[in-house]
Amino acid sequence: MSSNSFAYNEQSGGGEATELGQEATSTISPSGAFGLFSSDLKKNEDLKQMLESTKDSAKLDAMKRIVGMIAKGKNASELFPAVVKNVASKNIEIKKLVYVYLVRYAEEQQDLALLSISTFQRALKDPNQLIRASALRVLSSIRVPIIVPIMMLAIKEASADLSPYVRKNAAHAIQKLYSLDPEQKEMLIEVIEKLLKDKSTLVAGSVVMAFEEVCPDRIDLIHKNYRKLCNLLVDVEEWGQVVIIHMLTRYARTQFVSPWKEDDGLEDNEKNFYESDDEQKEKTDQRKKPYTMDPDHRLLIRNTKPLLQSRNAAVVMAVAQLYWHISPKSEVGIISKSLVRLLRSNREVQYIVLQNIATMSIQRKGMFEPYLKSFYVRSTDPTMIKTLKLEILTNLANEANISTLLREFQTYVKSQDKQFAAATIQTIGRCATNISEVTDTCLNGLVCLLSNRDEIVVAESVVVIKKLLQMQPAQHGEIIKHMAKLLDSITVPVARASILWLIGENCERVPKIAPDVLRKMAKSFTSEDDLVKLQILNLGAKLYLTNSRQTKLLTQYILNLGKYDQNYDIRDRTRFIRQLIVPNEKSGALSKYAKKIFLAQKPAPLLESPFKVDRDHFQLGTLSHTLNTKATGYLELSNWPEVAPDPSVRNVEVIELAKEWTPAGKAKKENPAKKFYSESEEEEDSSDSSSDSESESGSASGEQDEGDSSDDSSEESSSEHGSDSESASEVGDKRTAKRNSKSKGKSADSSSEEESSSDSESESESESESESRKVTKEKEKKKTKQDRNPLTKDVSLLDLDDFNPVSTPVALPTPALSPSLIADLEGLNLSTSSSVISVNTPVFVPVKTHVLLHRMSGRGLAAHYFFPRQPCIFGDKMVSVQITLNNTTDRKIENIHIGGKKLPMGMQMHVFNPIESLEPEGSITVSMGIDFCDSTQTASFQLCTKDDCFNVNIQPPVGELLLPVAMSEKDFKKEQGMLTGMNETSTVIIAAPQNFTPSVILQKVVNVANVGVVPSGQDNIHRFAAKTVHSGSLMLVTVELKEGSTAQLIINTERTVIGSVLLRELKPVLSQG
Amino acid sequence: MIHSLFLINSSGDIFLEKHWKSVVSRSVCDYFFEAQERATEAENVPPVIPTPHHYLLSVYRHKIFFVAVIQTEVPPLFVIEFLHRVVDTFQVTNVGTSFLLDSCPVIDAIIDKSGSTITAEIQGVIDACVKLTGMPDLTLSFMNPRLLDDVSFHPCVRFKRWESERILSFIPPDGNFRLLSYHVSAQNLVAIPVYVKHNISFRDSSSLGRFEITVGPKQTMGKTIEGVIVTSQMPKGVLNMSLTPSQGTHTFDPVTKMLSWDVGKINPQKLPSLKGTMSLQAGASKPDENPTINLQFKIQQLAISGLKVNRLDMYGEKYKPFKGIKYMTKAGKFQVRT
Repeated sequence: MSSNSFAYNEQSGGGEATELGQEATSTISPSGAFGLFSSDLKKNEDLKQMLESTKDSAKLDAMKRIVGMIAKGKNASELFPAVVKNVASKNIEIKKLVYVYLVRYAEEQQDLALLSISTFQRALKDPNQLIRASALRVLSSIRVPIIVPIMMLAIKEASADLSPYVRKNAAHAIQKLYSLDPEQKEMLIEVIEKLLKDKSTLVAGSVVMAFEEVCPDRIDLIHKNYRKLCNLLVDVEEWGQVVIIHMLTRYARTQFVSPWKEDDGLEDNEKNFYESDDEQKEKTDQRKKPYTMDPDHRLLIRNTKPLLQSRNAAVVMAVAQLYWHISPKSEVGIISKSLVRLLRSNREVQYIVLQNIATMSIQRKGMFEPYLKSFYVRSTDPTMIKTLKLEILTNLANEANISTLLREFQTYVKSQDKQFAAATIQTIGRCATNISEVTDTCLNGLVCLLSNRDEIVVAESVVVIKKLLQMQPAQHGEIIKHMAKLLDSITVPVARASILWLIGENCERVPKIAPDVLRKMAKSFTSEDDLVKLQILNLGAKLYLTNSRQTKLLTQYILNLGKYDQNYDIRDRTRFIRQLIVPNEKSGALSKYAKKIFLAQKPAPLLESPFKVDRDHFQLGTLSHTLNTKATGYLELSNWPEVAPDPSVRNVEVIELAKEWTPAGKAKKENPAKKFYSESEEEEDSSDSSSDSESESGSASGEQDEGDSSDDSSEESSSEHGSDSESASEVGDKRTAKRNSKSKGKSADSSSEEESSSDSESESESESESESRKVTKEKEKKKTKQDRNPLTKDVSLLDLDDFNPVSTPVALPTPALSPSLIADLEGLNLSTSSSVISVNTPVFVPVKTHVLLHRMSGRGLAAHYFFPRQPCIFGDKMVSVQITLNNTTDRKIENIHIGGKKLPMGMQMHVFNPIESLEPEGSITVSMGIDFCDSTQTASFQLCTKDDCFNVNIQPPVGELLLPVAMSEKDFKKEQGMLTGMNETSTVIIAAPQNFTPSVILQKVVNVANVGVVPSGQDNIHRFAAKTVHSGSLMLVTVELKEGSTAQLIINTERTVIGSVLLRELKPVLSQG
Repeated sequence: MIHSLFLINSSGDIFLEKHWKSVVSRSVCDYFFEAQERATEAENVPPVIPTPHHYLLSVYRHKIFFVAVIQTEVPPLFVIEFLHRVVDTFQVTNVGTSFLLDSCPVIDAIIDKSGSTITAEIQGVIDACVKLTGMPDLTLSFMNPRLLDDVSFHPCVRFKRWESERILSFIPPDGNFRLLSYHVSAQNLVAIPVYVKHNISFRDSSSLGRFEITVGPKQTMGKTIEGVIVTSQMPKGVLNMSLTPSQGTHTFDPVTKMLSWDVGKINPQKLPSLKGTMSLQAGASKPDENPTINLQFKIQQLAISGLKVNRLDMYGEKYKPFKGIKYMTKAGKFQVRT
């Protein structure tokens, strides 16, 4: 009995599904009652009595019969007062049936319905969530305008209910209230906004449904929930999935840029698809940036993929249309298999799916070609399925499969379903025009069909042949003769008309037959169909003009017959033709041109499927697509935006994070190019570490000066050398006194510094500041990762934003200043990590640049590179390289970018963003990252401008493959102890004693290699530590001074190859005078 | 979404209606009846019918039209799939007290005149009937999961586990449900288990045609083919048929021209055949096409897809369930062109 199905088991199912299931079951089950029951009023009296009864069983019986009446569409409204009394019944079964009744009749009997409202209001507070939910459901289904405020209140409260099931019902109620009173829109949007934030999978589908109905244009409400929806999607119930996927498809089309490289994002890209490669190339070239997919875009595509496996055809179709509309063209293919699977479902599902496949197969044959046989027609298929399959087969036909298809079509032509046979003939005609290789085969086949016994088949063949012949009339005199003979037997008017028209058009090719045909037609004129009569008139006119000797009388006879025809069209045509062709006094100038008018070259018709009428304008899977007209409430799928709207609107938690790292947050919001400077300065003033950083940066600048001088102008250096060496020596023997010595270094500097001082310093400081920020952020990132924080993705997104300023051109930096600040900040950040290997700031950064492209070979474009010895921001396995480009010509150089790369195995390169243009005499510095894989192999690539491409190479000195490491002497010894034997290489150096002063050794070593200084307790031993950039292996360098101007150079490392290379490079440097 | 629902029986009576929003007059169904009239046959009624103010989306099951009334844009499959689900709910039955699986591979094929296969594919379903107390967590593994080319699952199946291990892991709902449906990739050659020998000829001059068909087993792995039913739509020109079956019963409906022969089991020693003559309309020319023969059959204990369940384990509950699996190959849309 139905009562069982009423048990409260509805949490498991989706709201509406069960709602329907239950109510429908309830109404259907007491089917026995239907037959007996008549609409007799006395019986209603009987029901009233039953409802008054004290027994629940009698009431229940009555209610079942009443609901049965409703289901049968009979009027039970007069029972309203009797029924509504029972709304407060304790019996849950009776209560439910009363609810069903109320929902149906409350609108008609509003005053009485109000009596029941208080019951619902009470039920809304019931401790049982299911009762709360059903009360809300009924309340919102009672379409009584006066209770709108009550409904609104109930929805608001329910949207904050603890039970997700009640919240789900609140979302359903939103739609109902909106349809009752659209004035409530604003308030309802507030509730929707709240419910969209709900994290329950139960609510997600329903609230999106409400969103789609009430405010589909408020895309801004989705931003913050986008990622959540994507991630929840798999777990949402299936009906909700469909709605969410459709909504997200629209969302994606407004928020992301087109992933379709080959075209410009128009939806109907049919033309673009066939566009020549050249055009496509041009278009890609026009793009300023290489396309990278927004991670959120990717998220959606990735998270919907498993749903292709859903058992629900609507879900599969929704995912398929999502892929079709928003995924890169190369990935759409995966939907074919799933769609073909749906073809094994019910006829209705097949119908919709085939329609969508038909649209897709017009644009992209390749997608469904492997499944060609799945579209073969079975004799048991309904006609509409047959027609659609035929359509798809035609779309898929190509040179390779046409012979197979034609064989299959032959079977169809013989089908007992003659309409289908006729459609097949049309199809053959289309294949014949589309694939020129088979035109003749098809034509011959169709001619054979002319002798078919079935008239419909013959008639259709004639029509198709006519169209085919029109395309290439010259060669087919024989066929026309054959068809002329058919006139004796065939009776279908369209076919007869077609044959006559064909003969008329080709009357000069069949000069003997044509007049004879006209003679026969003149005889039968009166009994012909109107369509045929018109063509007889045409034929007569054409023959009159070309062969008036034989046909003049015949034509006049026909014109006379036409003059008195019953059909006014024919009378009209007759008059027209007579005036035009028969010369008399009245005839105007036109008759001179009669021949040209009648026998003009007519354009061949396009054999297009009746199906293909711009259906692809509609989003696939929609009702509008199926109907090929815009359905009420259809939401247009927008074109891709040219430029993606701000992706950060989807960041949810990041905002809170940003508050924590205030400086980064601030900097992000502001224009990085300008405000950076002032802000960084302010910060430095205020920050605790100000004294530290200033002093250190001072010393670093000193060191840079030193590097400068040693490289460029040796004379100048002499004056400074003293102070520098002083500071350096202090570094050498007393590391603890570092700060003092540094500040000393600074004072020495400032005294000796020249004009370049203030400006360059502030600039470089700001540079370092920004750099250091990146580092801190990266640290932050790592930290958050360690914390197993799920927000890492967001963080990285934010970082990407911040990386942009890096690629913006900056004046040639003086990098020597920068590292110090990093050191500081790093020191702060790394205080927690106790790892032995912690990357230190470079002790020294040589400004030596290497030529990448000489201006002579670069046609005026010169390029230099140098190693700033910074941790690379593009990847922690990369060595950062700065490239300075100079334009030495007198014209602009445009679009400087990196072209083809020839990298050894495993090597990777992060290229700089293309530079739009470089002014004459202009110079620009850009950063790149190259992962050399800890080898000194050359990275070859092309440096391209708008007009040229130059092959260039970067070969790193071994010393640049390292990053300095800070470690204590103890750690150093411990590590060294583990890297003995094969991992140790050593050599003896002989040099003059003045070369073995600590400062000289330090200077020489750090000049060659990016190593960190390890404080040493012994004067005669100098230790340096670094790690390789790619693998992070330790590289320990020891210089031990021996007696009598010799020294031992020892290198310990796992990477023995670079170890020995480094040894070879250091040896001559250290022994030089 | 769905505004109203009407159920219409084969004689065109609206015998049930249900309205979710405001009441839509049943006169809206007149548009449906018009379309039904145009379509002549029930299955040709378009599933989507636009009317001036509404859209009618319908499914046809068990000789009943389920007509949903829609007012605004909605994915049509959403409604259609939903209606089918409604029909399925009406038929819920609960049997069994254990975990039983029915694995039914279904073979679809088109065989051409000469007996060669034009297209053949195997799809299958595994239906479960579960009556297990508590929250049992089941895992089911296959001997040869690689055969599965394209699968769709009941929502209870954990998809990730399938992706990584090719194991079905799920907490089953109670009662009957479809655990998975699958498709065996077309690369694997499909063994066709039956053949039909036919000799159907019409002669222009005579008003009598000859009709003879024989059904025989082929690649059945020794299993018996049973439940064989042969149906064929004869051409219009056939007035009557006088046939003698070697076994089973046959009927010919002179109005619909439908020939149906209930063969039963196929005994390989004595192949069933149906022979006789057809009387044709006098004077009419012979039909151009020979009729297509549709075949239905069942083969017990044969999984023609090759898909076999390896084992089923239950976790989360202490008791031992009764487990069972039944294999049965069936013919789906199996057509022989003659």
